[in-house]
Amino acid sequence: MDSTITTGAEEENVWGGGNRPLGASYGKLMMWFFIVSDALTFSGFLAAYGFSRFKFIETWPIADQVFTHVPFIHGNFPMYYVAFMTFILIMSSVTMVLAVDAGHKMMKNKAILYMFLTIIGGAIFVGSQAWEWATFIKGDYGALETKGGRILQFVKADTGERAALADFSKEIPSERVTQELNNAVWYSSEASLPSYTVNEVTEGFLADPNILIRTETITEDGEKTLLTREESLTKIKDAKLVVEGANLIRNEYGSRLFADFFFFITGFHGFHVFSGVVINIIIFFNIILGTYERRGHYEMVEKVGLYWHFVDLVWVFVFTFFYLV
Amino acid sequence: MSHEHKLAIFRGTLKFKSNTQKIWGVLIFLSIVTTIEVALGITKPEILVANTFIGMKLLNWIFIILTLVKAYYIAWDFMHLRDEKSSLRRAIVWTPIFLVSYLIFILLFEADYIYNVFKDGFIQWNF
Repeated sequence: MDSTITTGAEEENVWGGGNRPLGASYGKLMMWFFIVSDALTFSGFLAAYGFSRFKFIETWPIADQVFTHVPFIHGNFPMYYVAFMTFILIMSSVTMVLAVDAGHKMMKNKAILYMFLTIIGGAIFVGSQAWEWATFIKGDYGALETKGGRILQFVKADTGERAALADFSKEIPSERVTQELNNAVWYSSEASLPSYTVNEVTEGFLADPNILIRTETITEDGEKTLLTREESLTKIKDAKLVVEGANLIRNEYGSRLFADFFFFITGFHGFHVFSGVVINIIIFFNIILGTYERRGHYEMVEKVGLYWHFVDLVWVFVFTFFYLV
Repeated sequence: MSHEHKLAIFRGTLKFKSNTQKIWGVLIFLSIVTTIEVALGITKPEILVANTFIGMKLLNWIFIILTLVKAYYIAWDFMHLRDEKSSLRRAIVWTPIFLVSYLIFILLFEADYIYNVFKDGFIQWNF
């Protein structure tokens, strides 16, 4: 039964105090306390995501159509990169268990090696997430927003592929430039202007009969509604804004809350991974310095390991609810 | 200090010789589950998408169940809950399960209600 490291007294004295009914050290129990409360925080976020999604169930973006990129490769690869990230995180979880196992056996050099691999895995994951964020913020096709805040995306009628704004928009010379702090009347600046104005997109759309509008509404087949050319011609009159990429206010993928939750949940998780990497680095150097060798046990590695596995556990849920479901 | 680990998974059907071996075994199992999830996510089989159970696609049910399976093995073998006392295990596992089920139940019901209000109300949202 006593498979995990014990640091307290071995004798059990029923009434004399100092009992350890759960058979775990103080530090480990406190780590579990933290993990359970942190799990509830993440559940709160994911449940809030579910709430908003069920509220807008008919118009929620389809993750397959949003996360389609793989670094250095062009093309449409839904899910592959996130699956790779998941695998990296599970892999670094494995090296962490191996480090804990090596610690149990007091094998210092093995523990060092496995901790190092764990840190590398965590760093790759955080880097991938940063890339994922950058791609998401940049956007790829661009879209129009209507008066009611709905997103209109464009599709090529002959191939069924998405059409980027740059593919069909007309260049119309205009004198409108980004208002900067120094030339505004009230010394207020504005965000950088999108590459095209609504007018340019509309004119380009009217000139190219091959372009159709895709709305947010999900059909019974689970696909986004594709309007006919006639419907598209009426719909484009509602357009008010050009949206490129994503920020906390609006995004080209659809529901505004989608981007908000993406930033919040993956950001909070990424922050956990980042802190995990930092803590792992501290432990890594402590092992090298021989702190735990002198202490006589590697329980610290085990406690940090618990946190690291928890981060992996949370990602498994984020992966399912954000990317798969 | 003894290092006894429980080395059997799948209710004792698969036994490992050492803890290290068990870790690799669990990794292989988790990778297979993830691969199945991604494959289903990309292909989206017609039968699983068309049929629903309690208002959700069968495919999504499969994803959620597989996620819980993965979570079980991460917690049991990587976080070695399998080796802890059952009292500790129950305190850790059932507390969040109870609270989260309640939260999900109440929020999703409320969300569905709001969805219907938006849909059947007299105010136009999609313009």
